Amino acid sequence: MLTRNRLLAGAAALAALSAIAPVSAQEPIKIGELNSYKVFSAFLDPYKKGMELAVEEVNAAGGVLGRKIEVVSRDDNGNPADAVRAGEELLTREKVAFLIGTFPSNVGLAVADFAKQKKTLFIAAEPLTDKIVWDAGNAYTFRLRTSTYMQTAMLIPDAAKLKKKRWAIVYPNYEYGQSATAAFKKLLKEKQPDVEFVAEQAPPLGKIDAGAVAQALADAKPDAIFSSLFGPDLAKFVREGSQRGLFKGVEVFDLLGGEPEYLDPLKDEAPVGWYVTGYPWYDIKTAEHKKFLDAYQAKFKDYPRLGSIVGYSTVLTAAAAIKKAGALDQEKLVAAMKGLQVGTPFGPVTFRELDHQSTMGAYVGRIGLKDGKGIMTDWRFVDGKDALPSDADVKKMRPAN
Amino acid sequence: MSAVLQVEGLRKAFGGVQAVADVSFAVDAGELLALIGPNGAGKSTCFNMLNGQLAPDNGVVRLGGRDIVGLSPRAIWRLGVGRTFQITATFSSLSVRENIQMALYSHAGRLRALFARFGAALVPEADALLEQVGMLDQATRPCGVLAYGDLKRVELAMALANQPRLLLMDEPTAGMAPRERVALMELTARLARARGIAVLFTEHDMDVVFGQADRIVVLDRGVLIAGGTPEEVRTNEAVRAVYLGSAH
Amino acid sequence: MSFASILIQLLNGLAAASSLFLVSAGLSLIFGVTRIVNFAHGSLYMLGLYIAYSLIEMLGRTPLGFWGGVVLAALAVGLVGIVIETAVLRRIYRAPELFQLLATFAIVLVIKDAALFAWGPEDLVGPRAPGLGGAVEILGKRIPVYDLLLIAIGPLVLAIMHLLLRRTRWGALVRAATQDREMVGALGVDQAKLFTSVFFVGAVLAGLGGALQIPREPANLDLDLSVIADAFVVTVVGGLGSLGGALLAAVLIGVAKAFCIGLGFSKLTLVAEFVIMGVVLVARPYGLLGKPQAVARTAGEAPPPLSPPRWQFPVGWIAVLAVIPLLTDQYVSVVLIDIACFALFAVSLHFIMGPAGMVSFGHAAYFGLGAYAGAVLFKKAGLPMEAALLLAPFCAGLFAVVYGWFCVRLSGVYLAMLTLAFAQISWSIVFQWDALTGGSNGMVGIWPAAWLADKGVYYYVALGLCGAGIAVLWRVLFSPFGYVLRAGRDSPLRAEAIGIDVRGFQWAAFVLAGTCAGLAGAVFAFSKGSISPSVVSIGQSTDGLVMVLLGGVDTLVGPVVGAAVFTWLRDALARETDFWRAGLGLVILLIVLLFPQGLVGGLKALYARWRAA
Repeated sequence: MLTRNRLLAGAAALAALSAIAPVSAQEPIKIGELNSYKVFSAFLDPYKKGMELAVEEVNAAGGVLGRKIEVVSRDDNGNPADAVRAGEELLTREKVAFLIGTFPSNVGLAVADFAKQKKTLFIAAEPLTDKIVWDAGNAYTFRLRTSTYMQTAMLIPDAAKLKKKRWAIVYPNYEYGQSATAAFKKLLKEKQPDVEFVAEQAPPLGKIDAGAVAQALADAKPDAIFSSLFGPDLAKFVREGSQRGLFKGVEVFDLLGGEPEYLDPLKDEAPVGWYVTGYPWYDIKTAEHKKFLDAYQAKFKDYPRLGSIVGYSTVLTAAAAIKKAGALDQEKLVAAMKGLQVGTPFGPVTFRELDHQSTMGAYVGRIGLKDGKGIMTDWRFVDGKDALPSDADVKKMRPAN
Repeated sequence: MSAVLQVEGLRKAFGGVQAVADVSFAVDAGELLALIGPNGAGKSTCFNMLNGQLAPDNGVVRLGGRDIVGLSPRAIWRLGVGRTFQITATFSSLSVRENIQMALYSHAGRLRALFARFGAALVPEADALLEQVGMLDQATRPCGVLAYGDLKRVELAMALANQPRLLLMDEPTAGMAPRERVALMELTARLARARGIAVLFTEHDMDVVFGQADRIVVLDRGVLIAGGTPEEVRTNEAVRAVYLGSAH
Repeated sequence: MSFASILIQLLNGLAAASSLFLVSAGLSLIFGVTRIVNFAHGSLYMLGLYIAYSLIEMLGRTPLGFWGGVVLAALAVGLVGIVIETAVLRRIYRAPELFQLLATFAIVLVIKDAALFAWGPEDLVGPRAPGLGGAVEILGKRIPVYDLLLIAIGPLVLAIMHLLLRRTRWGALVRAATQDREMVGALGVDQAKLFTSVFFVGAVLAGLGGALQIPREPANLDLDLSVIADAFVVTVVGGLGSLGGALLAAVLIGVAKAFCIGLGFSKLTLVAEFVIMGVVLVARPYGLLGKPQAVARTAGEAPPPLSPPRWQFPVGWIAVLAVIPLLTDQYVSVVLIDIACFALFAVSLHFIMGPAGMVSFGHAAYFGLGAYAGAVLFKKAGLPMEAALLLAPFCAGLFAVVYGWFCVRLSGVYLAMLTLAFAQISWSIVFQWDALTGGSNGMVGIWPAAWLADKGVYYYVALGLCGAGIAVLWRVLFSPFGYVLRAGRDSPLRAEAIGIDVRGFQWAAFVLAGTCAGLAGAVFAFSKGSISPSVVSIGQSTDGLVMVLLGGVDTLVGPVVGAAVFTWLRDALARETDFWRAGLGLVILLIVLLFPQGLVGGLKALYARWRAA
């Protein structure tokens, strides 16, 4: 009898617990995140911090749908196959609501395709490849970051204004560099039909032989140079180029050169006068950015990099999507993503219904020096929506589904 | 022509040095011919030209009347030549029996089978050969753990596996104890005579040479300086000069 | 190109060659004496850069600070070399050949995470050399003064090394050991001390090579692997153990690359050194100035005989694997599919590197080409998925026919490096042929047919195909064909002397192994839905080697166990800790020290001891 009573009491307690569960004891909503933390740590370390800050803020504000959110991160080793396996693990074992993240284009594309196969929402954070929303776009994939094409397009007005005739190009030999180069040539040619591309150098990523490349470019006697180098390649190119006088009297554009991740290591050798896109965190005075900056610096005792913005905004996007969908149903989430507006430190962005690309913008300016450090000067913010091709062109590129 | 191996006018030079100059000799069936000479006399060079590892500059090597110059070691083996090496060469991760079987399989042209089980066939044949060289009791041991003298016996059995007309033995008793040496060469002589195999061997141990060889040829600085029965060679002045002169 | 441009590009090439020579010289020295393929040599170079950066920051950007920092950094790296040698490698000199490679692979992982921990993720751009930061004008073109200094340092170090090797007792011992490792023991020399000293000098050279790059190269975490591949190439092209050869090869490659760039073929630099290596090895099987290796396989201990598994073994495992998906969650199936693919990959590598004695550093070529063949047949040729999956291995096999024909003509490390050259050439084609392979992005949408879409179903198919591949390879190992491979490894001389065409059999083995690796790759591709050039990369090849060595190269089931343990460890550790690479490295080091015969070899020995007790 005794045991029986106990059992009954226990059952009653359980029933009571499950009744009140929705409010207090409910599991957080898990969001699966994939990234190449070890391979691209310079960018992704701040990215992760950005994510942490966003999770903290979302949960402090009461979470979404009455539940807290939790980001479950996996390192994909920069390898698409590992990413897909980690994706499987997140979906089947961690039962995450959907996927976010990724850095290199090949991983981004692989996870996008995986998401399509699994009919699961995927918010690509960083991969810059144009294909992820255009040629290889799919119904379940959305992308936050300003794409290669968009960033290139943002530099075109300055490039065209200079009326330089002889252009030399240098880019890392993989999809990002190739796309940036193709977009740059096409867009500049449209604005300035008499432009000539006199030299093209495509060193392997991370292995530029900077002296030889600088010399070969100088031999072509260009009026201007367009570069999409970044990281160690950029640092080597800057140093060799300036030692060899390559940049004397030559205007230089570098696609990502203003991002603190790549600008700060150059210290007092930051190439003054280069046209770049980037992130002048020290100078942005908008309210939304100031709020982010203060919170970030308070939490990490460090200044944010562009990666921090991307990580932070990705998590905000995920939270906003869940809130708007009102449920964790994939079709509802995808529907919610279409046209979703998210307030980011860079201002509000919209995920376009047309191609699932966000309208996140970027800062365009020139490199200057201040207190022995590279900064962006004369910068302006370009809204992403102004750097995209026409809707008709996008429709042509994007597959029907 | 009754000679199994006939060598005529063999020449080889390395750079400007004439390693082997105009060497001719012949070995008959069932006969043991010793090729001797001091270090650097050209024995190994001579040997390697007979077994196909080295191409002569000039000369003819006939096996049963057929010129074998330019043939690979593999092809020469197919014509019925078995070899043993100065430093034993066996398959150390395989058992003694498997070593012999390998030679038998090769002789039978059965090595290309991808899915047959190796070792199932040709066991009696392998064991018969091992019996002859006195290694049957060690048939299942891996060659890698055998004593040196035993390895020499395994080599001999492998060399006999293709029923050769000719055995080429480079220093067959090197590295063995004196008693073992004589035993091994007695065994070789018995098998060779019983089967009518011609044997050409080089050797440092003069007891073995004069005790077992039917005939002896002597090389010095690439030139054949003497040849004949052990008795003839023993008394040859030129040979004495070479060996006494080179004896430290 | 004008004459001035040609001259400047020549100087650029020579400057680039200098550090490459230093690293390669150290690698060559270590290999010559210890026969260790030191995978961690690139990590020592990277450490040289990082330590020099910190020291110069500390000592100040003065000439004394700079050069003091460079020299101290090189010496500090030398100390790291001593630690590696005495703490790890010394304990496993008696292990099967190449096992030490596994240890150095683990050290690479540990050093990488240690550097991340100590210096952080951001690239560190060092200072220019004080007083040498400018440029001089030559024929109207400017070239950095520091580059000219580097050009001089290469030959200078060669001269010093030459004196050390020719004029000192230590040098005489090093040369003797390079010629014949056993002889040194016979001479009554303390081998341990000699090895430690050689490791120190080799590490100093690597560290110096790195430290000298301070003004030219930001310290970053990708240097280790990017340098090690180049250093291997230079060492082999020059001829193992030949320092003059290393300098010649470094110059050849440095200058060739500079001219690729100068002439506007910069995309070729992705693969230039591997093309050069392939050509050199085909024409000169021992490198430019190398001599034939004394012994291809470590003399002395013969590998133990292989024994076929009892029938209960496969039946038992098939039964276990068949019920696993019914008892566990779906992710277990996902991991097991990966393990099945890698197991077949590792078994096919073991097939040629164990019993056939042909080590391949480029086995990913066949895995990757099988994967790409499947994808291309499916997406571009429009074949049904099933047909693409089954035809793909034969495409990989076709490549093995071509590559293998060249490779079986070489032996030892030269053979291994030629396989690497072919793999890298394949990789660079896959990486750049956008129209066919999708270039660096790879291909997506390679999903299995509808009836296989469920992971549970695909699991059985993957298991069946990979299991069949493994069964075929194992069966062949115990056939006359398989015995011929072992015979050819044990004694090529004897094999030829009993009428065996060793090369022919090795070639056939290469093709069979390549085909099976291709099957593994194709099954892998369709399980992921996408592929990228990383399936053809050096990393994939290295993974295969690690799996085989981890399990035990002289055992039959070792590669399968190695594949399972490595895949599972990496998957599990990556979830547990941010520093999973160091974790993986430490676990491997532990296994290496506890089981110098690999996991299966070690467990077998333990079992035998237990039975005997």
